[in-house]
Amino acid sequence: MQVSDVVKALNLKVFSGKSGLNREVDGGYVSDLLSDVMGHSDTGNLWVTLQNHKNVMAIASLKELAAIILVKGIEPEADTLEQSNQEQIPILGTDMETFEVVGKIYQLINS
Amino acid sequence: MHIHTVLSPCGDLEMSPRNIVEQAKARNIDIIAITDHNSTLHGPVIRKLAEPLGITVIFGAEVTTREEAHCLCLFDTEAQRQKFQDYINLNLPNIPNDPKNFGYQVVVDENDEILEEIEPLLINALKVGISDIEQTVHMLGGLFIPAHIDRPRFSIISQLGFVPPDLKFDALEIFWKTNPSDILSQHSYLKNPTLIKNSDAHFIEQVGEIFTSYQMAEPTFNELTKALKGEDGRRVVGF
Repeated sequence: MQVSDVVKALNLKVFSGKSGLNREVDGGYVSDLLSDVMGHSDTGNLWVTLQNHKNVMAIASLKELAAIILVKGIEPEADTLEQSNQEQIPILGTDMETFEVVGKIYQLINS
Repeated sequence: MHIHTVLSPCGDLEMSPRNIVEQAKARNIDIIAITDHNSTLHGPVIRKLAEPLGITVIFGAEVTTREEAHCLCLFDTEAQRQKFQDYINLNLPNIPNDPKNFGYQVVVDENDEILEEIEPLLINALKVGISDIEQTVHMLGGLFIPAHIDRPRFSIISQLGFVPPDLKFDALEIFWKTNPSDILSQHSYLKNPTLIKNSDAHFIEQVGEIFTSYQMAEPTFNELTKALKGEDGRRVVGF
């Protein structure tokens, strides 16, 4: 499954990093503690969070995550967008809360 | 540079302005900062009590950023303090404190009489992020010091993974047990940062228990600023 498939299925907004929409998705990780994500996420994960500080992109790049999904209508900071485009790791958005969007992603990936 | 009072919900009831000043005097401390969670309100009364004893009081708050990183924001003048308090009031969510769970949030006078109970829960995160807060502090002429950066909770490193390279901090506060060389080797991207240690006192016996020594001409905010920047021969001596 590619990031673009998840975007389509859940009607996610694509803020940036469009050229990374063909990245392969391999599971997901949910946490708002960046130190935790740095230690415990895996390559290819979709990362669901409410943090929008630009360190989010640095962690996603370091861990080679597939994409970041911001919940509750939260938008990325301007310099985060720029880095997302450079790194070709998409930042996606939804108005859903974490519980709901993660449930849907889980179903989608495991169906 | 990091003392809570009875105003912080987690601050002990013994942390009254009078007790804090007396304890600082007993420990021969020259300069202290009052840093309640998301509030500067106890600064003025403590400055008033401390001045006759020759102790300098810096105004401040330990702010919780949107990312839930605790940062010390320190100020010199009453005008700066008021402007920063307005900024906090604007950005603190209006969620009422539950004293049973979190503790009381009271403002008292110099005789320990309660003047006011603060309604919104002070340990909440502000609606603004760390960069916005840093810029506001510096615009007002204050000092910005991320607190206990190596703690596993509510620290810039726990919340953001690492210290953002473009964050303009004046110093970094490390946990009292931490060996500075460990921090610097784990975070080698930090280029010779000014490190300090503070008591983060919540109980009266903690006031002045952990402290940092500064080489300064006199205990003032301006001299402290120079010491943190290493200017004009002023410097952090050690902790």
